[in-house]
Amino acid sequence: MKLRVYLTFNEDTVREPVIWKMAREFDVVTNIRTAEVKDHMGLVGLEIEGNDDVVEAAIVWLKQQGVQVDPIEQNVIEG
Amino acid sequence: MSIVRALKCRECGQEYAIEPTHVCEFCFGPLEVVYDYEKLEGIFTRELIESRPQTMWRYKELLPIDGEPTVGAQNGFTPLVRARNLEKALGVSELYIKNDSVCYPTLSFKDRVVSVALSKAVEFGFKTVACASTGNLAGSVAANAAAAGLESYVFIPHDLEQGKVIGAGIFGTKIIGINGAYDDVNRLCSEVAGKYGWAFVNVNVRPFYAEGSKSYGYEIMEQLGWRAPKHVVVPMASGSLCTKIDKAIKEFIKLGLIEDNDTAVYGAQATGCSPISRSVKEGSDLIHPVKADTIAKSLAIGNPADGFYANRVIRESGGWSEDVSDAEIVAAMKLLAETEGIFTETAGGVTLGVTKKLIEQGRIPRDESIVVCITGNGLKTQEAIVDAIDKPSIIGPSIHEFDDLIEAESNKLAA
Repeated sequence: MKLRVYLTFNEDTVREPVIWKMAREFDVVTNIRTAEVKDHMGLVGLEIEGNDDVVEAAIVWLKQQGVQVDPIEQNVIEG
Repeated sequence: MSIVRALKCRECGQEYAIEPTHVCEFCFGPLEVVYDYEKLEGIFTRELIESRPQTMWRYKELLPIDGEPTVGAQNGFTPLVRARNLEKALGVSELYIKNDSVCYPTLSFKDRVVSVALSKAVEFGFKTVACASTGNLAGSVAANAAAAGLESYVFIPHDLEQGKVIGAGIFGTKIIGINGAYDDVNRLCSEVAGKYGWAFVNVNVRPFYAEGSKSYGYEIMEQLGWRAPKHVVVPMASGSLCTKIDKAIKEFIKLGLIEDNDTAVYGAQATGCSPISRSVKEGSDLIHPVKADTIAKSLAIGNPADGFYANRVIRESGGWSEDVSDAEIVAAMKLLAETEGIFTETAGGVTLGVTKKLIEQGRIPRDESIVVCITGNGLKTQEAIVDAIDKPSIIGPSIHEFDDLIEAESNKLAA
């Protein structure tokens, strides 16, 4: 599968090479499509490609690192 | 005549054909409908608009459909109320309420966006429409789909209040309750939209859906006598409404329908979910996601997709953003009801509460025109104010008991 997500990094995670670590840990192809990184926050639009279960595991791992993972639509649920 | 040119990426400017798609394949930026306005020169006049039925479709050339609407043909054109009692209460000279708490058919401004989204979905050949919602959007999709003969699915959190489930279920929609965290629900809906070939109103037809909000802005300007207000205060969930009211004003100026009045756009949020107002107040353009905790459920979007763009509109227009506590929301709901006879939902309490705060801060001058955007009906959020209103006085069926009650009331007032 090829999953398109936005990753939001907070003050604690923004300096960590999280995407590099994920690609070492899991057999996925990562493709950064957009990114904005500042001192206290980072936003990265990322494509993650691999076998379904590996991509799912990579997403779980990202969340465990303190990275917020959203679909590229961000807020699908509305009031 | 359709003047729609393309879908255009708000980030990189890449253009796409008009089809059910919503993000740029290159940079993941959101897509926006763009128009060839010059085709309307000399044709799209005040007289033409005024000659048409009083619905949101009197501005149909500026909405992204081909021909006549097939869904929600009666929707829109809600009252713009000169709020003289509220003016006195707030100490301002010219204040209006744009009252979408009476929007047809489901009593919120979502009927505008949904009728555009569903009309476009029918054009594209979709038979099934869907949304993910915690309230107003669910009811609007369900009702408008029913009236249009479309099959509909509504995704909700599994623990949503019964009243809100009924508000969608009555229309025969298929309701799916999802047992999971908020971000998991978002992701599931994104995947469903991609897999099932449905028109998911705020996913694959989102660029068209969002354009429906512009009708709210057009109506304000026409109802003000073809002028834009100096100040407009807008509730913010995703932030989309802020950007679309600004776009509506710029379009009317471009088409020569109004003079530029340097309108400042102000964004209103609840303090318990205020990522956009926080970014404006901090002078940042990055939106920090938050976990929502507020009674204003219809504004409770912690990671707003249009937050960056709303922030930009607010700053570039010379506006500002503020947020109010749950107590201030309830107080503002009561103030609007007691001064103008308008029962708004909690989101309306946010907007009026923020308006009051901005006036008191001196950010909105007291002697210039102000429009407050009321977007939903209080009957849908009664639980928020149940403890804030007076309980009935209970008496027996006796005129003496009633006399005593009136006398006691008089004495209380005199004291």
